[in-house]
Amino acid sequence: MREELKIDNDQATKEMLEKEEYKYGFVTDVDQEIFPQGLNEEVIKQISAKKEEPKWLLDFRLNAYKKWLKMKDPDWAKLNIDKIDYNKMSYFASPKESPKSLDEIDPEILETYDKLGIPLEEQKMLEGVAVDAVFDSVSLVTTFKDKLAELGIIFCSFSEAVKEHEDIVKKYLGKVIPAGDNYFAALNAAVFTDGSFVYVPKGVRCPMELSTYFRINAENTGQFERTLIIADEGSYVSYLEGCTAPKRSESQLHAACVELLAHDDATIKYSTIQNWYPGDKNGKGGIYNFVTKRGNCVGKNSRISWTQVETGSSITWKYPSCILTGDNSVGEFYSVALTNNWQQADTGTKMIHLGKNTKSTIVSKGISAGQGQNTYRGLVKVNENAVNARNYTQCDSILIGDKCGAHTFPYIEIKNPTAQLEHEATTSKVGEDQIFYCQQRGMNEEDALSLIVNGFCKEVFKELPFEFAVEAERLLSVSLEGSVG
Amino acid sequence: MLEIVDLHAKIEDKEILKGLSLKINEGEVHSIMGPNGSGKSTLASILAGKEDYDITDGDILFNGESILEMAPEERAQEGIFLAFQYPIEIPGVTNSYFLREALNSIRKSKGENPLKPVEFVKIAKEKIKNLKMDESLLNRSLNEGFSGGEKKRNEILQMSILDPCMSILDETDSGLDIDALQIVANGVNSHRSPDKSFLVITHYQRLLNYIVPDFVHVLVGGKIVKSGDKSLALELESKGYSWLES
Repeated sequence: MREELKIDNDQATKEMLEKEEYKYGFVTDVDQEIFPQGLNEEVIKQISAKKEEPKWLLDFRLNAYKKWLKMKDPDWAKLNIDKIDYNKMSYFASPKESPKSLDEIDPEILETYDKLGIPLEEQKMLEGVAVDAVFDSVSLVTTFKDKLAELGIIFCSFSEAVKEHEDIVKKYLGKVIPAGDNYFAALNAAVFTDGSFVYVPKGVRCPMELSTYFRINAENTGQFERTLIIADEGSYVSYLEGCTAPKRSESQLHAACVELLAHDDATIKYSTIQNWYPGDKNGKGGIYNFVTKRGNCVGKNSRISWTQVETGSSITWKYPSCILTGDNSVGEFYSVALTNNWQQADTGTKMIHLGKNTKSTIVSKGISAGQGQNTYRGLVKVNENAVNARNYTQCDSILIGDKCGAHTFPYIEIKNPTAQLEHEATTSKVGEDQIFYCQQRGMNEEDALSLIVNGFCKEVFKELPFEFAVEAERLLSVSLEGSVG
Repeated sequence: MLEIVDLHAKIEDKEILKGLSLKINEGEVHSIMGPNGSGKSTLASILAGKEDYDITDGDILFNGESILEMAPEERAQEGIFLAFQYPIEIPGVTNSYFLREALNSIRKSKGENPLKPVEFVKIAKEKIKNLKMDESLLNRSLNEGFSGGEKKRNEILQMSILDPCMSILDETDSGLDIDALQIVANGVNSHRSPDKSFLVITHYQRLLNYIVPDFVHVLVGGKIVKSGDKSLALELESKGYSWLES
């Protein structure tokens, strides 16, 4: 255990959150088709019809909807959630003109992505990063698609995958996260609209980062994306998602499902930079980020690695997990979660060891400031047949100010005596002494805090692709602006 | 350069400094010695701008201007450096990164361009070589897992890189073996120049064999009770402090 640091001066933190500005809070003025509010079978049929889906997929949705109707929303998380009225939101929003190519995208929308730092025009794109841009319920465009196709890699929107690669989608959809897995996953399975689809064929190492950029724009609309990534034998893919939304006083729901599947000797790296609108300093508005993410290492020697940087959303409920089915498979979870103002996060992972010699690593860094509440919740489960399973868990929390909270709930279930587990946990305050030390060397308080917090997160940031690690550091500094004063 | 005028300071109603006056000119090395609890470290903290203390009377002038209202980083940017008695650990931040941020903050305050990582590393390696320290020091997490001696040496390295004109060493010698002491003293001596001043706070005369002071002051009960040259330190070594306590 690290030394418990000296309590921060209350003056030092009060103003932090008040000054923070969310720079992605603008709204794009674009003509959109939005379904009337409300959820019923008819709405689901309309979504399915809109996307010209095959019957089996409509059945998948309706089956999920039936399950959802019988389920209760989870109340075990350490979160205060206002009752959600599922009939007071719309389940489909799309710009009216559906673009066939970049030239046809509404210039307002192109400008939106420019402002977000994700230019979609080929000449402006980030080198080595292919982007799928999801705007409310639809994918607008996927870049570098043709270049990837030359290697047999499929990277497209989920809707397109259903049309063009139906057999693969049908084979894998709902296999890692069954339709009735949990309340929000069932809701997603019933009403999901778009997301990304990735298939990397045998032996192919994807030469660029694949990324999806999720943007919520329409009001009173939920975003329910579905992403499916399949890495065939011996392949490698690194995928990244980013998220932002306009500033609104009403909360909006984002309930996504992400399924990953790694075959023999395959590796999937999945990184998230989540910067949904966090609500204002009084806790009004913000995105409810209720997400089910799970990967199955079905093949031997396969590896799935989750890295997440969660700085946005008013409430985050998210547990990216790994099922380690194949022998010698490896699961990893690296997380930074920051809660500021009235933000709440209940996040962590599940590592389910089924195969022999399976290994998992969990590194969680929670940062709480203002009145933020930050919870790590994790399960490490070792089944009877998982001989020589190993897990290393490290949960560190840092507190800024004296009104925030950090909580840790590690669950462990071991059914095989050969398992080896290590668990380390620390909680510390950003020390007045640390800040003073930096100041004495010439830095101002804000730079000092940012330096200390970024140092705290370093083990996680180093797992991110380089450009995004820089972005993550910047985002963290922005989120902490004004927290000392 | 530094002038402390009749300084009174207290912490939580306890008066610690009771009218301390001291003047340090360019190029001078002053040493303050004194028994435990006499206010030595309080003086160092106050000079650096730590906010825990109430200055009830007196003033601190740096190059003729009062610094009482200045934030710690402004003082640092003006060239006041404190080698901490207990250097602070910052996990995950490398020494090199920390020092570059610090140096660039100081440069920025003077309107100079920030140094790029490559430029900084070149300077840092040069300094580290002169100080006969190990290069690996730069890539380690700031003070994390450092031995006591390494921490103190690291303070001297920081001083050398940030190049302040007024360095305050707060018991930098405590806990050092003789080899480390020599490295620290060499660092200080190589930093000495006609435009740089030092305030060396120590318990022991030993350090002053290596860093030879121009003046030695004895701090007892929050006041300087006697001043002299380096021979005063030797006298204290043999006689202790009691003869000066009233």
